[in-house]
Formats: sequence, C-alpha cells, structure tokens
Amino acid sequence: MSPFGRGVETLVESLLQGKSGVRRLPELEAYEGLRSLVAAPVEGIDPKIIHRRHRRTMSPMSVYATLATQDALDQARLTTEACKSGDMGIAVGSSVGSTISTQQSYSDFFNFNSLEKMRSTAFFKIMNHSCAANVSHALGITGRIFAVSSACSTSCQTLGLGAETVAFGRQEIMVCGGAEEYHPLITATFDIMNASSCGFNDAPERTPRPFDRDRDGVVCGDGCGILILESPESARRRGAPILAEVAGFATVSDTSNMVNPSPDSMEICMRKALKDADIAPDRIDYINAHATGTDQGDRAEGEAVQRVFGSRTPVSSLKGHLGHTMAACGALETVAVITLMNRGSLAPTLNLENADPACADIRHVTGVEHRETTWVLKNNFAFGGVNSSIVLRRYEHD
Amino acid sequence: MTEQEIIERIDASLAEEFELEMSMMVPEATLFDDLGLDSLDMVDMVIALEQAFKLKIRDEEEIRKIRTLGDIHSFVIGKVRELGML
Repeated sequence: MSPFGRGVETLVESLLQGKSGVRRLPELEAYEGLRSLVAAPVEGIDPKIIHRRHRRTMSPMSVYATLATQDALDQARLTTEACKSGDMGIAVGSSVGSTISTQQSYSDFFNFNSLEKMRSTAFFKIMNHSCAANVSHALGITGRIFAVSSACSTSCQTLGLGAETVAFGRQEIMVCGGAEEYHPLITATFDIMNASSCGFNDAPERTPRPFDRDRDGVVCGDGCGILILESPESARRRGAPILAEVAGFATVSDTSNMVNPSPDSMEICMRKALKDADIAPDRIDYINAHATGTDQGDRAEGEAVQRVFGSRTPVSSLKGHLGHTMAACGALETVAVITLMNRGSLAPTLNLENADPACADIRHVTGVEHRETTWVLKNNFAFGGVNSSIVLRRYEHD
Repeated sequence: MTEQEIIERIDASLAEEFELEMSMMVPEATLFDDLGLDSLDMVDMVIALEQAFKLKIRDEEEIRKIRTLGDIHSFVIGKVRELGML
C-alpha cells in the first residue's frame, strides 16, 4: 500500500516510470507556522471493503495493513486455515497509534474534560499495537504477535524479528511489516526540527531529493508494506512462490545523539548484517539506502556506505518517489527491491540531479538500470538512534 | 414528535451507525444475534441515541435489560415522554 495505491505492480511500475507520489496538500496551509506543504499520502482506498465488525477498531493504518496482508497471503498462497493453524505469527508495527483517531475521539476530553462523544472503539485505534491486533483479528492469525515500534526502523526490525523467529523454529510463517497513516502532525514534527522539505511547495514532484546538493528535508508519506517470511522447508513443501531469502540482519543502538545519526554506528550496523549473512561487502550488488533527503542523515549514510562498500556498489533511495513512509518504509521498500531484483532492474534515486559533494563518493543510481542482482543490503535508520540493516538474496530456483 | 417518528429516527440512527439494512430493523430483532452487535457496539449505540435525541441515558439501569430493537423503541419513547417531548 503505497502513495501510488494498492498493490506491488502499481508500486514497481511507478518506480520504474520515475513517478512521484508527492503532492501539495492544501489543508496544510491551515496550520500557522507550518512551512512544508507537501506530502505523499495513500489515496483512493475504500475502507468499507473490510467488514464493519473488524473495521470499527481500525484507523487508516490498520486498514492499509489488513489489505496489504491479505494481498501478501494471496500471493504466498496461504489460506484462512493457515492463518488459524497456530503456525503463523505476526510482527507489524507503526511509529505511534492513530493520531487521526486521537484527535477525532479525544479532542473533547482534552479540551473540555468531556467523555460525551468518546467512542468505545477509539482506544483500539490509538494503542501502539493497533495494526498487529487488527490484522490478526481481521484475518484470524493465531500465532505469536509482536508490535515493534521504532519509527523509521519499525518494519526493517519486524523483518529481522520475523526471520529470527522462523529461524529459531518458533513459528513456521511470520507476517512482517509496518504501516503509517498520514496526519499533518507528522509533517509538523519534522518541520519544527527544521528537517522537513519547505522549498518545493510549488513543485512537489521535485522533492524529496536524497543525496542531492539541493535537498532540503523529509517529505512525509504513508502506506504499508507486508512480507511473508517462512522457513524454506515449509515454503518448498507448500510449493509457495519464493521471492527472496533473508540472509542477514542487524540492528544496533546509536547512542551518540537522539536525532543526528553517526556514520560509525551505521557502519557497524551494516557490517554486522553482512557478518550475519556470512558475506563480504564486495559481494553486495546493490544497496537500498534509507536516505530521506535530510542534510545530516544522507551525509552520514553516504559516508558509512563509502567506508563499507567503497565507490563501486550501486546505491539508491526510493524516498524520492515515495516520500518517507515512516514505519512502513522498511518493508514497503523491501517489497519494491525484491520485485525489482527478480526483474533484473534497479530503480534510481528520483530527484538526484547533482550529488552533494559530501555524498559523492558512492556509486549513485541515477536512472533505471537493468542488471542481474543477487545480493542486496537495505538500510533503515530511525530517530532515537535505532539503526537496522537487512541482507537479501535472490532466490535461486532449481 | 410522534411515537412513529421516534421509532423511525432510532432505526435510521442505528442502521447508519452499524451499517445495517433498514429491512433488518424490525422490533423483534435481537441486538446480539439478529443484528450482530456486541458489548462494544452497545456502548456506541447509547452514544448514537444520546446524540439523536439529545438525551443522557448512559447511566440508566434499564439499558442493561435491553435485548431487542423493540426494547430500545420502548425505552426511548419512555424517556422522551418523561421529558415532555412526546
């Protein structure tokens, strides 16, 4: 579920065609002092395709997560019976509970100390494990349930957690991913830290600009990415269409600063993921960067990537197309990366026209490239110093 | 407001709130089995009725005895009559 709509095909075709999901939102003009007026929200999803019984406790993020999970289960040829078997668990998170529902349901409580209009279902949209709980209930997933919440690292961490859960034999199948729903407060949060893109309100498709010298900050988006992780034995036994393997994962805590990332910690994270995959850096064919278009984040990641991989390995960030989908970005971008890997293509960093000299010493992908890719490393780094990297391998069919 | 108008407003409010077909809104319909509601819905039903009729009924003991749509009709008609609106 991306700013381009529902489905993997829509996502990947949009990336290959160089489309931008970013647009100007007139409603942002109502907020005094908000300088960034652009965002990349999902549009055109009718939540009523989910039965009211389940939908009543869902905010948009849970709607996205439920529909994305249904699509992923269908693609993996997993039935309702498999969901209910106890062999399937779930790890799906979001940055926060629903801000939309907090505002709608609790504004009278906060402003007038009144419970008069408070709905009984509001809490189930606001709790931090709303997505995981709602998806489980809607689809009947009865195994382990985890709700990771680490902002921009959320869904990369759910992939790692899911892979380790399967590898340890605790579940045969894990539904993994993250979701985010757009609210102007997200843009405001970045704006107040001088980290939102403010200079492209009249040309929204030209921002964000990861690694570009004229980048001016984050553009917030929303959506959901869901992947099904399963033991190879189970997948082969079922005849499931295997798309890729999780070969390695690492996550580390960068305690140097709450918001400004350290290239040292990023480097450690990537090296640990490579070690977990038991692979040398020069075997990696492509790096999918976290790069969001901020001054310091892109520079730190560029430096860390250069230290580990040098200047030869292709690097791109999908934030130029998608904006920053926050908790969804790790899984959503991984869905895109795996699909592109299986098609022999790399998507470029949209809006990267002139690399910032501080990020110039890595091999940027600036146009669609057609090349065989077997090993990919993907990064996601979050406020709070939550760094995560995952190594993926294209699945070699017999 | 006539009793029939009250019943029509109740049925329309609850049909909208819980996305029910108007054809299901018959007095003998049980809330849990026939209309598919549960305890969470009962809380929101009270809020929907309070807003539709500008009543305060959340703390009424009688609400706990409601089983059918007809019970709701009788309860609300009684409250509206009590307030001299009927």
